[in-house]
Amino acid sequence: MPNYGSSHMPESSSSSIHTSMIAPGVLGVKIIGRLDSLSTGSIWRETNLELDRTSPKQVIVDASEIEYCDGSGIGYLFELRRRLEKGGGELSIRGLHKEFQQLLDLFKPSEFEEPPEIKPESFGFFEKIGQSTGKICEEARALVEFVGETGTALLKALLNPKQVRWKDALLVAETAGVNALPVITLIGFLMGLIMAFQAAIPMRQFGAVIYVANLVGLSMVRELGPLMTAIVLAGRSGSAFAAELGTMKVNEEIDALVTMGLDPVKFLVVTRLLAAVIMTPLLTLFADLIGVLGGSIVLISLGYSLATYFRQIFSTVTYVDLLGGLFKSIVFGLLVAGIGCLRGLQTEIGASAVGESTTRAVVGGIVLIVAVDGIFSVVYYYLGI
Amino acid sequence: MNPVQDTIIGVEKITAGYKNTVVLQEVSFEIKRGEIFIILGESGSGKSTLLKLMIGLNKPLSGSILIEGQDIVSAEGDERLAILRKFGVMYQRGALFGSMTLLENVRLPLEEFTDLPPGAMDLIARMKLSLVGLKEFGGLLPAELSGGMQKRAAIARAMALDPRILFLDELSAGLDPVTSAELDHLVLSLAHNLGITFVIVTHELSSIYAIADRVIMLDKELKGILAIGSPRDLRDHSENKFVRRFFNRQGISDAPSEKFS
Repeated sequence: MPNYGSSHMPESSSSSIHTSMIAPGVLGVKIIGRLDSLSTGSIWRETNLELDRTSPKQVIVDASEIEYCDGSGIGYLFELRRRLEKGGGELSIRGLHKEFQQLLDLFKPSEFEEPPEIKPESFGFFEKIGQSTGKICEEARALVEFVGETGTALLKALLNPKQVRWKDALLVAETAGVNALPVITLIGFLMGLIMAFQAAIPMRQFGAVIYVANLVGLSMVRELGPLMTAIVLAGRSGSAFAAELGTMKVNEEIDALVTMGLDPVKFLVVTRLLAAVIMTPLLTLFADLIGVLGGSIVLISLGYSLATYFRQIFSTVTYVDLLGGLFKSIVFGLLVAGIGCLRGLQTEIGASAVGESTTRAVVGGIVLIVAVDGIFSVVYYYLGI
Repeated sequence: MNPVQDTIIGVEKITAGYKNTVVLQEVSFEIKRGEIFIILGESGSGKSTLLKLMIGLNKPLSGSILIEGQDIVSAEGDERLAILRKFGVMYQRGALFGSMTLLENVRLPLEEFTDLPPGAMDLIARMKLSLVGLKEFGGLLPAELSGGMQKRAAIARAMALDPRILFLDELSAGLDPVTSAELDHLVLSLAHNLGITFVIVTHELSSIYAIADRVIMLDKELKGILAIGSPRDLRDHSENKFVRRFFNRQGISDAPSEKFS
């Protein structure tokens, strides 16, 4: 093994410090060896102890036997001088090699006075409430503005479909919709299967296993299909929209659109919203079907035929249930895509800002989905759907 | 070079800033048609602010910016769109759309603002690319290009609708001297052949001497113009020592206080 000890990385033993009181109030310090980042620490501590103990008026450093001195060593000598001068004392360094002296002379003690402590602005309770309220209002304003802008842009797009960049919309539809099929399939299938299985066990005790079909059919079509699809969309595409638009913002691409005279909302948001509005109900329909199929596995394994299972479902699940669910999913799709785009466009400068926008898009999306789903439940209840 | 004639951009008493700090205080100057005008200044002196004001991305606190006589500060709707059509912008890092090929990037303004047949759009986009020396690269994505090529492509896109003015942000930033010199050459040839007015932010002194008709030097403490004029004039005749030294490439790191001595 090569020996790094003495030449490259000297241990602290390669230097030493000797102190003695030369006269009353005059401390003599002699340093021998290397004063570098490895050895300076112990010397620094020892010196401090000695200074505390003797509190001298003058310190004389005999530096003639310092072989080497790096930034730490210079720092040590500098601090020594600063400490003494602050207390009205005096430091003299004797015999310090010229090149080290040059280094030491680069720094002036006056430039290293403790900077005045910058206190973070502290606010009182009411000020904080005011600030938060202000922020919420600003946020609400941005939201209203965005909804208004997007709404008009969407309306214009529908009135004049030729202006929409359908190629872009189709591309988004593919990544946000078609590519989501595998995960929707997996989650939908397992959801139907698990729900049927968990329900079948207790219901078998009452001889009501066949009603598992009602349960799976109604809950998938009315509630879980749209909800699950929307949450997957928020995780997959809401975040992607936010990251994509956020990166474009950071790269000045949004600015480039604006100075070209192209409205980013029309150009980027409308295509994504349209794609989401078209794809979410389709994905939901698919999730409904797959969930029901998942449930059928349980019933078949319990001895019922597929025909019985579906007859039972068709007798309970109506078109109103199905359309109600699909309508919900359209709204969810709009919300998820909208919040994703909004957060993307709100991105500030820097890579971490993009991450933050993505998080905010997903969280915001899921919160909105759940809240709006609650509203839908109440509205549907009173409408008798 | 084109004969320098009338004013194409008029900046009138612009005051701008963020929140509580004013960056530019009542700044006025004019840019003449056909000239290559360079904006200089240390960081924080308001170069980017000024550029963003001129291209209408930000609004000043007060003042107006006339582009061919129309005020971009107060214009809205179609009027604003008409002003935007007068110029193109090359952003510092190109700001090409990453999901589109170069050709699609250059085609985009044509698709959005003209009713040319698709084949014609392609042809025009390819012509613009050939103007900046990227004829063979139309099928590549921006990420597949070097920094200098991205800037060239961005210039091609900015020229798609044949604007009269091109704003170039940080023309030489992050480029090697050879590429930077190539871009200078490109700017000169475009100015010469197409009569485009250039407004450029750059720090490269060699570049400034090579291309600039006039230079404006902004200053942080003055919140405005330290010097304006042709680089050679400023070098030889500026009353300000700092300016003379800057254009002589000496003592650039001198204490800022010297600027006012």
